[in-house]
Amino acid sequence: MIEIENLSKDYGPRRAIDNLSFQIDKGEVVGFLGPNGAGKSTTMNILACILPASSGTVRICGHDVFENSLEVRRRIGYLPENPPLYQDMTVVDYLKFTALLRQVPSRGVSAAVDRVLEACSLEDVSGRIIGRLSKGFQQRVGLAQAMIHNPDILILDEPTVGLDPIQIIEIRKLIQKLAEAHTIILSSHILPEITQICRRVIILNEGKIAAVDSLEGLTASLRKGERLFLKVRNSAENIVDQIQNVHGIISAQEEGPGEFRIDAELDSNPQDALANLCLQQSWGIVELRRTALSLEDIFLKLTLEEKVPEA
Amino acid sequence: MKTTWIIAKRDMGSFFASPVFYVIATVFLFLHSFTFLNLLDSFSGQSFQAERFLGAGMSLSLNEMVVEPILFNMAVTLLLMIPVITMRSFSEEKKNKTLVLLLSSPIHLREIILGKFLACTGIVALMMLLSSYSTGFLIWLGEPEINPLLTGYLGVFLMSACFVSLGLLASSLTENQIIAAVISFGLALFLWIVGWGVQEGSGVVGEVVTYVSVLAHLVPMVRGVFDTGDLMYFASFIFFVLFLTYRVLESQRWR
Ligand SMILES: Nc1ncnc2c1ncn2[C@@H]1O[C@H](COP(=O)(O)OP(=O)(O)O)[C@@H](O)[C@H]1O
Ligand SMILES: [Mg+2]
Repeated sequence: MIEIENLSKDYGPRRAIDNLSFQIDKGEVVGFLGPNGAGKSTTMNILACILPASSGTVRICGHDVFENSLEVRRRIGYLPENPPLYQDMTVVDYLKFTALLRQVPSRGVSAAVDRVLEACSLEDVSGRIIGRLSKGFQQRVGLAQAMIHNPDILILDEPTVGLDPIQIIEIRKLIQKLAEAHTIILSSHILPEITQICRRVIILNEGKIAAVDSLEGLTASLRKGERLFLKVRNSAENIVDQIQNVHGIISAQEEGPGEFRIDAELDSNPQDALANLCLQQSWGIVELRRTALSLEDIFLKLTLEEKVPEA
Repeated sequence: MKTTWIIAKRDMGSFFASPVFYVIATVFLFLHSFTFLNLLDSFSGQSFQAERFLGAGMSLSLNEMVVEPILFNMAVTLLLMIPVITMRSFSEEKKNKTLVLLLSSPIHLREIILGKFLACTGIVALMMLLSSYSTGFLIWLGEPEINPLLTGYLGVFLMSACFVSLGLLASSLTENQIIAAVISFGLALFLWIVGWGVQEGSGVVGEVVTYVSVLAHLVPMVRGVFDTGDLMYFASFIFFVLFLTYRVLESQRWR
Protein backbone atom coordinates (compact mmCIF):
# COMPACT_ATOMS: atom_id res chain seq x y z
CA MET A 1 0.00 0.00 0.00
CA ILE A 2 2.73 2.43 1.02
CA GLU A 3 6.31 1.77 -0.01
CA ILE A 4 9.06 4.13 1.07
CA GLU A 5 12.59 3.67 -0.17
CA ASN A 6 15.70 5.60 0.87
CA LEU A 7 13.69 8.70 1.62
CA SER A 8 15.67 11.78 2.66
CA LYS A 9 14.75 15.41 3.11
CA ASP A 10 17.11 18.35 3.58
CA TYR A 11 16.05 21.77 4.77
CA GLY A 12 18.98 23.73 3.39
CA PRO A 13 22.04 22.18 5.01
CA ARG A 14 19.93 20.49 7.67
CA ARG A 15 18.97 16.89 7.14
CA ALA A 16 15.52 16.38 8.63
CA ILE A 17 15.03 12.77 7.63
CA ASP A 18 17.77 10.44 6.52
CA ASN A 19 17.38 7.41 4.32
CA LEU A 20 14.08 6.05 5.57
CA SER A 21 12.81 2.79 4.12
CA PHE A 22 9.72 0.92 5.20
CA GLN A 23 6.47 -0.50 3.95
CA ILE A 24 2.94 -0.37 5.20
CA ASP A 25 0.33 -2.90 4.14
CA LYS A 26 -3.33 -2.40 3.51
CA GLY A 27 -5.39 -2.22 6.67
CA GLU A 28 -2.43 -1.69 8.96
CA VAL A 29 -2.46 0.87 11.73
CA VAL A 30 1.08 2.10 12.08
CA GLY A 31 2.42 4.45 14.71
CA PHE A 32 5.18 6.94 14.07
CA LEU A 33 6.83 7.44 17.38
CA GLY A 34 9.60 9.89 18.05
CA PRO A 35 10.57 12.90 20.14
CA ASN A 36 9.96 16.41 18.85
CA GLY A 37 12.11 17.21 15.84
CA ALA A 38 12.51 13.55 14.90
CA GLY A 39 11.10 14.15 11.44
CA LYS A 40 7.60 12.76 11.84
CA SER A 41 5.79 15.75 10.34
CA THR A 42 8.33 16.03 7.56
CA THR A 43 7.77 12.41 6.55
CA MET A 44 4.01 12.83 6.70
CA ASN A 45 4.13 15.99 4.63
CA ILE A 46 6.03 14.10 1.97
CA LEU A 47 3.47 11.27 2.03
CA ALA A 48 0.69 13.83 1.67
CA CYS A 49 2.40 15.45 -1.34
CA ILE A 50 2.79 18.78 0.47
CA LEU A 51 6.57 18.65 0.44
CA PRO A 52 8.84 17.11 -2.18
CA ALA A 53 11.53 14.74 -0.97
CA SER A 54 15.21 15.54 -1.52
CA SER A 55 15.88 11.98 -2.59
CA GLY A 56 14.27 8.57 -2.47
CA THR A 57 10.90 7.34 -3.62
CA VAL A 58 7.49 7.02 -2.07
CA ARG A 59 4.80 4.97 -3.74
CA ILE A 60 1.27 4.94 -2.46
CA CYS A 61 -1.14 2.43 -4.01
CA GLY A 62 1.45 2.00 -6.73
CA HIS A 63 1.58 5.73 -7.58
CA ASP A 64 4.69 7.81 -7.07
CA VAL A 65 3.96 10.81 -4.81
CA PHE A 66 5.99 13.08 -7.02
CA GLU A 67 5.17 11.91 -10.53
CA ASN A 68 1.56 11.08 -9.96
CA SER A 69 0.65 13.19 -6.99
CA LEU A 70 -2.96 13.85 -8.04
CA GLU A 71 -3.73 10.14 -7.94
CA VAL A 72 -2.06 9.86 -4.56
CA ARG A 73 -3.92 12.85 -3.15
CA ARG A 74 -7.24 11.28 -4.19
CA ARG A 75 -6.47 8.29 -1.99
CA ILE A 76 -5.28 9.95 1.19
CA GLY A 77 -6.88 11.97 3.90
CA TYR A 78 -4.47 14.20 5.78
CA LEU A 79 -4.76 15.81 9.17
CA PRO A 80 -1.68 18.03 9.55
CA GLU A 81 -0.18 18.99 12.89
CA ASN A 82 -2.15 22.25 12.75
CA PRO A 83 -5.64 21.38 11.53
CA PRO A 84 -6.30 23.44 8.38
CA LEU A 85 -9.53 25.07 9.54
CA TYR A 86 -11.10 28.24 8.19
CA GLN A 87 -12.03 29.91 11.44
CA ASP A 88 -14.82 32.00 9.94
CA MET A 89 -16.82 29.13 8.39
CA THR A 90 -19.48 26.96 9.96
CA VAL A 91 -18.65 23.29 10.40
CA VAL A 92 -21.11 22.22 7.70
CA ASP A 93 -19.96 24.82 5.15
CA TYR A 94 -16.35 23.89 5.78
CA LEU A 95 -16.98 20.18 5.35
CA LYS A 96 -18.97 20.82 2.15
CA PHE A 97 -16.09 22.86 0.82
CA THR A 98 -13.54 20.15 1.64
CA ALA A 99 -15.79 17.51 0.06
CA LEU A 100 -15.89 19.48 -3.18
CA LEU A 101 -12.13 20.05 -3.05
CA ARG A 102 -11.64 16.30 -2.69
CA GLN A 103 -13.75 15.75 -5.80
CA VAL A 104 -16.73 14.20 -4.07
CA PRO A 105 -19.44 14.41 -6.77
CA SER A 106 -21.94 17.22 -6.06
CA ARG A 107 -24.78 14.75 -5.55
CA GLY A 108 -22.84 12.88 -2.88
CA VAL A 109 -21.68 15.91 -0.90
CA SER A 110 -24.43 16.17 1.68
CA ALA A 111 -24.37 12.42 2.29
CA ALA A 112 -20.61 12.56 2.81
CA VAL A 113 -20.98 15.49 5.21
CA ASP A 114 -23.66 13.68 7.19
CA ARG A 115 -21.51 10.56 7.36
CA VAL A 116 -18.46 12.33 8.84
CA LEU A 117 -20.59 14.50 11.15
CA GLU A 118 -21.95 11.30 12.63
CA ALA A 119 -18.62 9.46 12.69
CA CYS A 120 -16.94 12.33 14.54
CA SER A 121 -19.97 13.12 16.75
CA LEU A 122 -20.20 16.62 15.38
CA GLU A 123 -23.95 16.73 14.72
CA ASP A 124 -24.65 19.07 17.61
CA VAL A 125 -22.16 21.71 16.53
CA SER A 126 -22.68 21.39 12.77
CA GLY A 127 -24.06 24.93 12.46
CA ARG A 128 -21.48 26.61 14.68
CA ILE A 129 -18.59 28.80 13.54
CA ILE A 130 -15.38 26.77 13.70
CA GLY A 131 -13.38 29.54 15.40
CA ARG A 132 -15.73 29.43 18.39
CA LEU A 133 -15.43 25.69 19.00
CA SER A 134 -13.25 24.15 21.68
CA LYS A 135 -9.90 22.69 20.71
CA GLY A 136 -11.27 19.16 21.00
CA PHE A 137 -14.13 19.87 18.63
CA GLN A 138 -11.79 21.64 16.22
CA GLN A 139 -9.58 18.58 16.18
CA ARG A 140 -12.60 16.45 15.35
CA VAL A 141 -13.52 18.78 12.51
CA GLY A 142 -9.95 18.30 11.29
CA LEU A 143 -10.44 14.53 11.39
CA ALA A 144 -13.81 14.82 9.67
CA GLN A 145 -12.14 16.82 6.91
CA ALA A 146 -9.51 14.12 6.42
CA MET A 147 -12.07 11.36 5.96
CA ILE A 148 -14.71 13.22 3.97
CA HIS A 149 -13.85 11.53 0.67
CA ASN A 150 -13.57 8.12 2.34
CA PRO A 151 -9.89 7.72 1.47
CA ASP A 152 -8.05 4.42 1.66
CA ILE A 153 -5.30 5.94 3.75
CA LEU A 154 -5.50 8.33 6.68
CA ILE A 155 -2.41 10.28 7.70
CA LEU A 156 -2.84 11.81 11.14
CA ASP A 157 -0.09 14.01 12.54
CA GLU A 158 -0.26 14.17 16.34
CA PRO A 159 -4.05 14.15 16.42
CA THR A 160 -4.22 14.46 20.20
CA VAL A 161 -1.65 17.15 20.82
CA GLY A 162 -2.91 20.07 22.88
CA LEU A 163 -6.09 18.33 24.00
CA ASP A 164 -7.17 17.70 27.53
CA PRO A 165 -7.20 14.08 28.79
CA ILE A 166 -10.91 13.52 28.22
CA GLN A 167 -10.74 14.86 24.70
CA ILE A 168 -7.70 12.65 24.08
CA ILE A 169 -9.65 9.57 25.03
CA GLU A 170 -12.51 10.57 22.73
CA ILE A 171 -10.24 11.17 19.75
CA ARG A 172 -8.48 7.92 20.44
CA LYS A 173 -11.75 6.00 20.44
CA LEU A 174 -12.62 7.65 17.17
CA ILE A 175 -9.33 6.61 15.60
CA GLN A 176 -9.79 3.05 16.84
CA LYS A 177 -13.17 3.02 15.12
CA LEU A 178 -11.64 4.34 11.92
CA ALA A 179 -8.92 1.71 12.07
CA GLU A 180 -11.49 -0.94 11.24
CA ALA A 181 -11.89 0.33 7.69
CA HIS A 182 -8.77 2.35 6.85
CA THR A 183 -5.03 2.12 6.63
CA ILE A 184 -3.82 4.63 9.20
CA ILE A 185 -0.49 6.25 9.89
CA LEU A 186 -0.50 8.09 13.15
CA SER A 187 2.29 10.09 14.71
CA SER A 188 2.87 10.85 18.33
CA HIS A 189 5.56 11.63 20.81
CA ILE A 190 3.60 9.91 23.55
CA LEU A 191 4.38 6.24 24.02
CA PRO A 192 1.16 5.00 25.65
CA GLU A 193 -0.92 6.62 22.98
CA ILE A 194 0.74 4.60 20.27
CA THR A 195 0.60 1.41 22.30
CA GLN A 196 -3.16 1.72 22.58
CA ILE A 197 -3.96 2.25 18.94
CA CYS A 198 -1.22 0.81 16.77
CA ARG A 199 -0.19 -2.75 16.12
CA ARG A 200 3.13 -1.77 14.59
CA VAL A 201 5.45 1.04 15.56
CA ILE A 202 8.12 2.87 13.62
CA ILE A 203 10.43 4.72 15.93
CA LEU A 204 12.12 7.76 14.49
CA ASN A 205 14.97 9.60 16.07
CA GLU A 206 16.90 12.49 14.59
CA GLY A 207 15.62 11.63 11.15
CA LYS A 208 16.57 7.97 11.24
CA ILE A 209 14.57 4.85 11.88
CA ALA A 210 15.62 3.54 15.28
CA ALA A 211 13.35 0.52 15.20
CA VAL A 212 10.45 -1.00 13.31
CA ASP A 213 8.68 -3.57 15.35
CA SER A 214 5.48 -4.84 16.81
CA LEU A 215 4.76 -3.67 20.30
CA GLU A 216 5.69 -6.98 21.91
CA GLY A 217 8.97 -7.03 20.03
CA LEU A 218 9.76 -3.50 21.13
CA THR A 219 9.22 -4.06 24.80
CA ALA A 220 11.32 -7.21 24.59
CA SER A 221 14.26 -5.54 22.89
CA LEU A 222 13.99 -2.46 25.01
CA ARG A 223 15.68 -3.69 28.17
CA LYS A 224 18.57 -5.57 26.74
CA GLY A 225 21.74 -3.61 27.14
CA GLU A 226 23.95 -0.85 25.89
CA ARG A 227 26.84 -0.52 23.56
CA LEU A 228 30.27 1.03 24.13
CA PHE A 229 33.10 2.01 21.84
CA LEU A 230 36.71 1.66 22.98
CA LYS A 231 39.83 2.78 21.19
CA VAL A 232 43.33 2.10 22.48
CA ARG A 233 46.84 2.87 21.26
CA ASN A 234 48.67 -0.37 22.06
CA SER A 235 46.59 -3.32 21.04
CA ALA A 236 47.56 -6.59 22.79
CA GLU A 237 47.00 -10.15 21.61
CA ASN A 238 44.23 -11.35 23.87
CA ILE A 239 42.67 -8.00 24.47
CA VAL A 240 39.18 -9.13 23.42
CA ASP A 241 39.20 -11.99 25.92
CA GLN A 242 40.36 -9.71 28.70
CA ILE A 243 37.64 -7.20 27.96
CA GLN A 244 35.01 -9.90 27.96
CA ASN A 245 36.10 -10.94 31.43
CA VAL A 246 35.18 -7.56 32.85
CA HIS A 247 32.08 -7.76 34.98
CA GLY A 248 28.90 -6.87 33.10
CA ILE A 249 30.30 -7.13 29.61
CA ILE A 250 28.54 -9.58 27.36
CA SER A 251 30.72 -9.49 24.27
CA ALA A 252 33.47 -7.53 22.57
CA GLN A 253 34.43 -7.34 18.91
CA GLU A 254 37.44 -5.82 17.20
CA GLU A 255 36.21 -3.36 14.60
CA GLY A 256 39.54 -1.96 13.43
CA PRO A 257 43.10 -1.73 14.70
CA GLY A 258 42.73 -0.95 18.39
CA GLU A 259 39.00 -0.30 18.04
CA PHE A 260 36.40 -2.38 19.85
CA ARG A 261 32.65 -2.61 19.96
CA ILE A 262 31.46 -3.72 23.34
CA ASP A 263 28.00 -4.87 24.37
CA ALA A 264 27.30 -4.63 28.05
CA GLU A 265 24.47 -5.56 30.32
CA LEU A 266 22.05 -2.84 31.14
CA ASP A 267 22.92 -0.67 34.14
CA SER A 268 26.19 -2.58 34.73
CA ASN A 269 28.24 0.57 34.01
CA PRO A 270 31.46 -1.26 33.08
CA GLN A 271 33.26 1.95 32.11
CA ASP A 272 35.23 2.24 35.36
CA ALA A 273 36.34 -1.39 35.28
CA LEU A 274 37.26 -1.08 31.61
CA ALA A 275 39.34 2.02 32.20
CA ASN A 276 41.11 0.33 35.10
CA LEU A 277 41.93 -2.64 32.92
CA CYS A 278 43.35 -0.38 30.22
CA LEU A 279 45.53 1.43 32.77
CA GLN A 280 46.80 -1.80 34.32
CA GLN A 281 47.72 -3.25 30.96
CA SER A 282 49.05 0.12 29.64
CA TRP A 283 46.96 -0.14 26.50
CA GLY A 284 46.59 3.63 26.44
CA ILE A 285 42.96 4.76 26.19
CA VAL A 286 42.26 7.01 23.25
CA GLU A 287 38.49 6.92 23.47
CA LEU A 288 35.79 5.32 25.55
CA ARG A 289 32.16 6.23 24.92
CA ARG A 290 28.67 4.96 24.50
CA THR A 291 27.80 4.65 20.84
CA ALA A 292 24.57 5.49 19.03
CA LEU A 293 21.54 6.21 21.09
CA SER A 294 20.13 2.98 22.33
CA LEU A 295 16.45 2.44 21.99
CA GLU A 296 16.13 3.19 25.64
CA ASP A 297 17.64 6.63 25.31
CA ILE A 298 15.12 7.38 22.64
CA PHE A 299 12.34 6.18 24.83
CA LEU A 300 13.58 8.40 27.60
CA LYS A 301 13.05 11.35 25.30
CA LEU A 302 9.49 10.28 24.67
CA THR A 303 6.74 11.07 27.01
CA LEU A 304 6.27 7.89 28.95
CA GLU A 305 3.78 9.26 31.37
CA GLU A 306 0.27 10.06 30.51
CA LYS A 307 -2.06 12.28 32.39
CA VAL A 308 -5.00 10.32 33.62
CA PRO A 309 -8.26 12.22 33.83
CA GLU A 310 -9.76 12.44 37.24
CA ALA A 311 -12.57 9.94 37.55
CA MET B 1 -12.49 24.57 -13.84
CA LYS B 2 -15.14 23.52 -11.36
CA THR B 3 -12.59 23.55 -8.56
CA THR B 4 -11.54 27.07 -9.51
CA TRP B 5 -15.11 28.17 -9.01
CA ILE B 6 -15.39 26.32 -5.68
CA ILE B 7 -12.33 28.13 -4.36
CA ALA B 8 -13.48 31.48 -5.71
CA LYS B 9 -16.86 31.03 -4.06
CA ARG B 10 -15.33 30.25 -0.68
CA ASP B 11 -13.00 33.23 -0.86
CA MET B 12 -15.83 35.59 -1.75
CA GLY B 13 -17.96 34.08 1.00
CA SER B 14 -15.28 34.77 3.58
CA PHE B 15 -14.98 38.28 2.18
CA PHE B 16 -18.66 38.97 2.66
CA ALA B 17 -18.48 37.46 6.14
CA SER B 18 -15.78 39.93 7.20
CA PRO B 19 -16.23 43.66 7.78
CA VAL B 20 -13.28 44.44 5.47
CA PHE B 21 -15.40 44.21 2.36
CA TYR B 22 -18.13 46.50 3.68
CA VAL B 23 -15.64 49.11 4.82
CA ILE B 24 -13.83 49.08 1.49
CA ALA B 25 -17.03 49.20 -0.53
CA THR B 26 -18.45 52.04 1.58
CA VAL B 27 -15.34 54.18 1.34
CA PHE B 28 -15.09 53.46 -2.37
CA LEU B 29 -18.69 54.46 -3.01
CA PHE B 30 -18.38 57.54 -0.85
CA LEU B 31 -15.32 58.79 -2.73
CA HIS B 32 -16.95 57.97 -6.04
CA SER B 33 -20.18 59.76 -5.19
CA PHE B 34 -18.31 62.77 -3.90
CA THR B 35 -16.28 63.22 -7.09
CA PHE B 36 -19.32 62.48 -9.21
CA LEU B 37 -21.44 65.17 -7.57
CA ASN B 38 -18.60 67.67 -7.72
CA LEU B 39 -17.97 67.04 -11.39
CA LEU B 40 -21.66 67.15 -12.18
CA ASP B 41 -22.01 70.44 -10.36
CA SER B 42 -19.12 72.11 -12.13
CA PHE B 43 -20.28 70.67 -15.44
CA SER B 44 -23.78 72.06 -15.12
CA GLY B 45 -22.38 75.43 -14.05
CA GLN B 46 -20.01 75.61 -16.99
CA SER B 47 -22.44 74.33 -19.59
CA PHE B 48 -25.01 76.86 -18.40
CA GLN B 49 -22.45 79.65 -18.95
CA ALA B 50 -21.35 78.17 -22.25
CA GLU B 51 -24.91 78.17 -23.50
CA ARG B 52 -25.40 81.76 -22.42
CA PHE B 53 -22.28 83.10 -24.08
CA LEU B 54 -21.76 80.80 -27.03
CA GLY B 55 -25.31 80.03 -28.06
CA ALA B 56 -27.57 77.08 -27.60
CA GLY B 57 -25.88 74.78 -30.08
CA MET B 58 -22.58 74.79 -28.23
CA SER B 59 -22.89 72.18 -25.50
CA LEU B 60 -19.85 70.94 -23.61
CA SER B 61 -18.87 67.31 -23.81
CA LEU B 62 -20.31 65.29 -20.95
CA ASN B 63 -17.79 62.56 -21.69
CA GLU B 64 -14.77 64.79 -21.49
CA MET B 65 -15.86 66.75 -18.44
CA VAL B 66 -17.54 64.11 -16.32
CA VAL B 67 -17.10 60.55 -17.53
CA GLU B 68 -13.34 60.63 -18.12
CA PRO B 69 -12.38 62.30 -14.84
CA ILE B 70 -14.71 60.00 -12.96
CA LEU B 71 -13.10 56.94 -14.49
CA PHE B 72 -9.59 58.19 -13.69
CA ASN B 73 -10.62 58.91 -10.14
CA MET B 74 -12.05 55.44 -9.88
CA ALA B 75 -8.82 53.98 -11.21
CA VAL B 76 -6.77 55.81 -8.57
CA THR B 77 -9.13 54.76 -5.78
CA LEU B 78 -8.87 51.16 -6.94
CA LEU B 79 -5.11 51.44 -7.07
CA LEU B 80 -5.26 52.23 -3.36
CA MET B 81 -7.85 49.65 -2.42
CA ILE B 82 -7.02 46.55 -4.42
CA PRO B 83 -3.94 45.75 -2.29
CA VAL B 84 -6.28 45.54 0.71
CA ILE B 85 -8.58 43.21 -1.20
CA THR B 86 -5.81 40.89 -2.37
CA MET B 87 -3.52 40.92 0.65
CA ARG B 88 -5.19 38.04 2.44
CA SER B 89 -5.37 35.65 -0.52
CA PHE B 90 -2.30 33.56 0.24
CA SER B 91 -0.85 35.30 3.31
CA GLU B 92 -3.81 34.45 5.50
CA GLU B 93 -3.95 30.85 4.26
CA LYS B 94 -0.27 30.45 5.04
CA LYS B 95 -0.54 32.04 8.43
CA ASN B 96 -3.55 29.93 9.43
CA LYS B 97 -1.99 26.83 7.82
CA THR B 98 -5.07 26.32 5.67
CA LEU B 99 -3.03 26.34 2.47
CA VAL B 100 -2.12 22.75 3.37
CA LEU B 101 -5.76 21.80 2.87
CA LEU B 102 -5.69 23.09 -0.69
CA LEU B 103 -2.28 21.60 -1.44
CA SER B 104 -3.19 18.15 -0.14
CA SER B 105 -6.40 18.05 -2.16
CA PRO B 106 -6.37 16.46 -5.61
CA ILE B 107 -6.38 19.78 -7.45
CA HIS B 108 -3.84 21.72 -9.51
CA LEU B 109 -2.01 24.71 -8.12
CA ARG B 110 -3.17 26.74 -11.12
CA GLU B 111 -6.78 26.10 -10.14
CA ILE B 112 -6.06 27.52 -6.69
CA ILE B 113 -4.44 30.65 -8.13
CA LEU B 114 -7.18 31.17 -10.70
CA GLY B 115 -9.82 30.71 -8.02
CA LYS B 116 -8.29 33.44 -5.90
CA PHE B 117 -7.86 35.68 -8.94
CA LEU B 118 -11.49 35.18 -9.81
CA ALA B 119 -12.63 35.96 -6.26
CA CYS B 120 -10.69 39.24 -6.07
CA THR B 121 -11.64 40.44 -9.55
CA GLY B 122 -15.22 39.49 -8.71
CA ILE B 123 -15.12 41.74 -5.65
CA VAL B 124 -13.71 44.61 -7.73
CA ALA B 125 -16.32 44.02 -10.43
CA LEU B 126 -19.05 44.13 -7.79
CA MET B 127 -17.73 47.45 -6.45
CA MET B 128 -17.60 48.91 -9.96
CA LEU B 129 -21.12 47.67 -10.60
CA LEU B 130 -22.37 49.37 -7.42
CA SER B 131 -20.71 52.61 -8.45
CA SER B 132 -22.20 52.53 -11.93
CA TYR B 133 -25.40 54.11 -10.58
CA SER B 134 -23.66 57.40 -11.44
CA THR B 135 -23.40 56.39 -15.07
CA GLY B 136 -27.05 55.44 -15.02
CA PHE B 137 -27.83 58.97 -13.86
CA LEU B 138 -25.76 60.49 -16.66
CA ILE B 139 -27.51 58.43 -19.31
CA TRP B 140 -30.87 59.33 -17.83
CA LEU B 141 -30.14 63.05 -17.54
CA GLY B 142 -27.82 63.77 -20.43
CA GLU B 143 -26.56 62.19 -23.57
CA PRO B 144 -23.06 60.83 -23.00
CA GLU B 145 -21.50 58.84 -25.82
CA ILE B 146 -21.96 55.20 -24.94
CA ASN B 147 -18.86 53.71 -26.61
CA PRO B 148 -16.21 55.60 -24.62
CA LEU B 149 -18.20 54.76 -21.52
CA LEU B 150 -18.01 51.06 -22.26
CA THR B 151 -14.34 51.00 -23.27
CA GLY B 152 -13.54 53.19 -20.27
CA TYR B 153 -15.21 50.86 -17.80
CA LEU B 154 -13.57 47.89 -19.51
CA GLY B 155 -10.18 49.62 -19.29
CA VAL B 156 -10.53 50.36 -15.59
CA PHE B 157 -11.65 46.80 -14.97
CA LEU B 158 -8.72 45.31 -16.88
CA MET B 159 -6.33 47.60 -15.05
CA SER B 160 -7.86 46.37 -11.78
CA ALA B 161 -7.32 42.79 -12.88
CA CYS B 162 -3.63 43.62 -13.44
CA PHE B 163 -3.42 45.07 -9.93
CA VAL B 164 -5.18 42.00 -8.55
CA SER B 165 -2.59 39.76 -10.15
CA LEU B 166 0.18 41.90 -8.62
CA GLY B 167 -1.60 41.64 -5.27
CA LEU B 168 -1.72 37.85 -5.51
CA LEU B 169 1.97 37.76 -6.33
CA ALA B 170 2.78 39.92 -3.29
CA SER B 171 0.51 37.82 -1.11
CA SER B 172 2.23 34.62 -2.22
CA LEU B 173 5.54 36.02 -1.00
CA THR B 174 4.72 36.51 2.66
CA GLU B 175 2.63 35.37 5.61
CA ASN B 176 2.18 38.96 6.68
CA GLN B 177 -0.85 40.69 5.21
CA ILE B 178 0.47 44.20 5.83
CA ILE B 179 3.69 43.42 4.00
CA ALA B 180 1.68 41.88 1.16
CA ALA B 181 -0.46 45.01 0.90
CA VAL B 182 2.52 47.36 0.92
CA ILE B 183 4.39 45.36 -1.71
CA SER B 184 1.40 45.14 -4.02
CA PHE B 185 0.63 48.82 -3.57
CA GLY B 186 4.25 49.64 -4.39
CA LEU B 187 4.20 47.48 -7.50
CA ALA B 188 0.89 48.90 -8.70
CA LEU B 189 1.93 52.47 -8.10
CA PHE B 190 5.22 51.87 -9.86
CA LEU B 191 3.35 50.48 -12.84
CA TRP B 192 1.23 53.62 -12.82
CA ILE B 193 4.05 56.17 -12.67
CA VAL B 194 6.77 54.36 -14.59
CA GLY B 195 5.95 56.15 -17.85
CA TRP B 196 5.95 59.66 -16.39
CA GLY B 197 9.59 60.48 -16.96
CA VAL B 198 9.68 59.34 -20.57
CA GLN B 199 10.10 62.09 -23.14
CA GLU B 200 9.09 61.90 -26.77
CA GLY B 201 11.66 60.16 -28.92
CA SER B 202 13.81 58.79 -26.16
CA GLY B 203 14.59 55.64 -28.10
CA VAL B 204 13.88 51.97 -27.56
CA VAL B 205 14.14 52.12 -23.77
CA GLY B 206 11.55 54.89 -23.69
CA GLU B 207 9.21 52.91 -25.88
CA VAL B 208 9.54 49.82 -23.74
CA VAL B 209 8.93 51.78 -20.55
CA THR B 210 5.90 53.45 -22.08
CA TYR B 211 4.60 50.09 -23.20
CA VAL B 212 4.95 48.62 -19.73
CA SER B 213 3.21 51.56 -18.06
CA VAL B 214 -0.42 50.78 -17.37
CA LEU B 215 -1.45 54.40 -18.00
CA ALA B 216 -0.37 54.19 -21.63
CA HIS B 217 -3.04 51.55 -22.16
CA LEU B 218 -5.68 52.84 -19.79
CA VAL B 219 -5.81 56.42 -21.14
CA PRO B 220 -6.80 55.50 -24.71
CA MET B 221 -9.51 53.17 -23.47
CA VAL B 222 -10.98 55.80 -21.17
CA ARG B 223 -10.93 58.24 -24.11
CA GLY B 224 -12.91 55.71 -26.13
CA VAL B 225 -10.17 54.22 -28.31
CA PHE B 226 -10.56 50.49 -28.52
CA ASP B 227 -7.38 48.76 -29.62
CA THR B 228 -6.71 45.03 -29.48
CA GLY B 229 -3.07 45.88 -28.71
CA ASP B 230 -4.17 47.26 -25.33
CA LEU B 231 -6.23 44.16 -24.67
CA MET B 232 -3.18 42.07 -25.47
CA TYR B 233 -1.15 44.13 -23.02
CA PHE B 234 -3.59 43.56 -20.18
CA ALA B 235 -4.05 39.88 -20.94
CA SER B 236 -0.36 39.10 -21.22
CA PHE B 237 0.42 41.18 -18.13
CA ILE B 238 -2.09 39.23 -16.03
CA PHE B 239 -0.93 35.92 -17.44
CA PHE B 240 2.71 36.72 -16.77
CA VAL B 241 2.19 37.86 -13.17
CA LEU B 242 -0.06 34.90 -12.34
CA PHE B 243 2.60 32.65 -13.81
CA LEU B 244 5.18 34.28 -11.51
CA THR B 245 2.83 33.66 -8.58
CA TYR B 246 2.63 30.02 -9.63
CA ARG B 247 6.41 29.76 -9.67
CA VAL B 248 6.72 31.42 -6.27
CA LEU B 249 4.24 29.05 -4.64
CA GLU B 250 5.79 26.07 -6.37
CA SER B 251 9.29 27.02 -5.26
CA GLN B 252 8.19 27.53 -1.66
CA ARG B 253 7.40 23.83 -1.52
CA TRP B 254 10.99 23.06 -2.33
CA ARG B 255 12.48 24.86 0.60
N1 LIG C 1 10.31 24.32 7.22
C1 LIG C 1 11.42 23.93 7.86
N2 LIG C 1 12.60 24.56 7.64
C2 LIG C 1 13.73 24.16 8.25
N3 LIG C 1 13.80 23.15 9.12
C3 LIG C 1 12.67 22.47 9.39
C4 LIG C 1 11.43 22.82 8.77
N4 LIG C 1 10.48 21.98 9.22
C5 LIG C 1 11.11 21.13 10.08
N5 LIG C 1 12.42 21.43 10.18
C6 LIG C 1 13.40 20.70 10.99
O1 LIG C 1 13.38 19.35 10.62
C7 LIG C 1 13.41 18.51 11.74
C8 LIG C 1 12.22 17.58 11.74
O2 LIG C 1 11.07 18.32 12.03
P1 LIG C 1 9.61 17.69 12.09
O3 LIG C 1 9.42 16.83 10.90
O4 LIG C 1 8.63 18.79 12.28
O5 LIG C 1 9.71 16.79 13.40
P2 LIG C 1 8.55 16.20 14.31
O6 LIG C 1 7.26 16.34 13.59
O7 LIG C 1 8.94 14.78 14.52
O8 LIG C 1 8.56 16.97 15.58
C9 LIG C 1 13.46 19.42 12.95
O9 LIG C 1 14.78 19.45 13.41
C10 LIG C 1 13.03 20.75 12.46
O10 LIG C 1 13.74 21.77 13.12
MG1 LIG D 1 5.62 17.28 14.17
